[in-house]
Amino acid sequence: MTMLNVAHVDKTFNTGTPLESHVLRSVNMSLHKGDYATIIGGNGAGKSTLMNIVAGTHLPDSGTITIDGHNVTKLPEFKRAAYLGRVFQDPMVGTAASMNIEENLALAYRRGKRRGFRWYISSKERDLYRERLSDLELGLESRLTDKVGLLSGGQRQALALIMATLQEPRVLLLDEHTAALDPKTAPKVLEIGNKIIKKYNLTTMMVTHNMKDAIRHGNRLIMMKAGQIVLDISGGEKKNLTVEHLIARFNQVSDEDFDDDAALLV
Amino acid sequence: MELIIQGAISLGLLWSLMTIGVFMTFRILNMPDLSVEGTVILGAATAARLVSNGHNPFMATIMAALVGSIGGFVTGFLHTKLKIPPILSGILTMVASYSIVIRIMGTSNIALPPHGPTRVVSVFTFLQEMGLTRQTSIMVFAAIVVILMGAAYYFFCGTEIGSAVRATGNNRQMVAAQGVNTNAMIIMYLMISNGFVALSGALVAQQQGFASVDMGVGTIVVGLASVIIAEVLFNVRRFWARLLTLVAGSIIYRLIITLVLELGMPATDLRLFLAITVVIALTLPLIREKLVKAFEKLKARGGRSR
Repeated sequence: MTMLNVAHVDKTFNTGTPLESHVLRSVNMSLHKGDYATIIGGNGAGKSTLMNIVAGTHLPDSGTITIDGHNVTKLPEFKRAAYLGRVFQDPMVGTAASMNIEENLALAYRRGKRRGFRWYISSKERDLYRERLSDLELGLESRLTDKVGLLSGGQRQALALIMATLQEPRVLLLDEHTAALDPKTAPKVLEIGNKIIKKYNLTTMMVTHNMKDAIRHGNRLIMMKAGQIVLDISGGEKKNLTVEHLIARFNQVSDEDFDDDAALLV
Repeated sequence: MELIIQGAISLGLLWSLMTIGVFMTFRILNMPDLSVEGTVILGAATAARLVSNGHNPFMATIMAALVGSIGGFVTGFLHTKLKIPPILSGILTMVASYSIVIRIMGTSNIALPPHGPTRVVSVFTFLQEMGLTRQTSIMVFAAIVVILMGAAYYFFCGTEIGSAVRATGNNRQMVAAQGVNTNAMIIMYLMISNGFVALSGALVAQQQGFASVDMGVGTIVVGLASVIIAEVLFNVRRFWARLLTLVAGSIIYRLIITLVLELGMPATDLRLFLAITVVIALTLPLIREKLVKAFEKLKARGGRSR
């Protein structure tokens, strides 16, 4: 079953100015239910733009985006959020610092639901939040009324992962969500993400700069270059993928040698 | 003297609704809203015109708050839909309000109609008729309105929508990703805050017995001064306590003004005094930090010599 379908999507920024850049060139991509795709590519390859187009931060110039059978191409970001869970690169962006943990979770719990003049949280929810937070094994379940601003970057990203998945998303979008973390914390947050993705069998799109992470995680690897998808590796090939093999595959499909730009990824 | 202090307290109570309105945008939405300078006179003018036309003062006061909300809607629309920066959106509404106010009143100021030899028709009249003095009726009525409106705002902030508004002030990107229409939140919230401000203006007009086009000048600074007095003097965390300190801040501000005027400062210097006070209050954290650093340096030096 196709969960996310991106068809013939084009996006140009600064059209008609000297800064014009054609960031996505007729991109086609399709994720099945339970697919966990890592998206990799050099700077300016279009991976972040692709993710923002799926999320609705940018609208495409042409093409269609379908999530679980719903055509969302023209839906604004906040309406599309009903289908999507997102974790951002910057830990500051995914959570509200001056609100406490349970207030943040209660906001996320209402994603895709009508908000009204009911109280912002019910006591039943608190039990759910404690249970989900205890899965993190960070001790956050006993700090529900602590301000999120008091948490470390890693704790905030872990909380953001819970928030993105509290209402099961049709597609989970991870936008370089460990890039801003220190080398010790990053793998932990990735592991927490993997656990959640596996537990709920979530369809996931993870953009990363790190080739090793892209190889190690997920069941598909998509490589972008100059606004196009140049590699889409899945199945057994993905399982047994190595850095050397990936570079060889890249050279096969690319008319030029593995350039400096792509080498930066290792 | 007692009478003067009483007057300052009731004025502080009446203006505290405006202070809460400024707090809503300045502290919760993180968007300094200058339209309050305009909406305060929109409220005053609407109430004064309706009352002087013979309408019920309560109805006139409610209408005044609604007209203020329209002002807030305009600011929100300019900012969210037309992408005009927040400060400029507020200034545009403020400037336009002056013309609207003259349209509403038909002149640059109107007095409320007399009610018997010593009173004017206002929301306070019914208390006076029950035998209270004018001063006491204003205080009692203002206290009731402030408690009701403060409680309403407190509960609003605790609702799902209120929580979404607070998060919008904190982190727009995050709430959008949680499916909240941030533009709608901002517009609605500006309507509420400017409704509070206009209500304040309407009550003050009825307290002083007239509305004039220049009574709004400096409102934003008065509001900020009251908010900052509240925060500097009372360092409280709980939200209801913060709302209470805003009322206290507004009253203390009026008492300070009364005091300096009593001490002989010309009324025309008031705005300069006010601006300087706010500058000092806003730089207090910076000054405190510098002092702490200087103190630590001194301590470190002392420690080494030992």
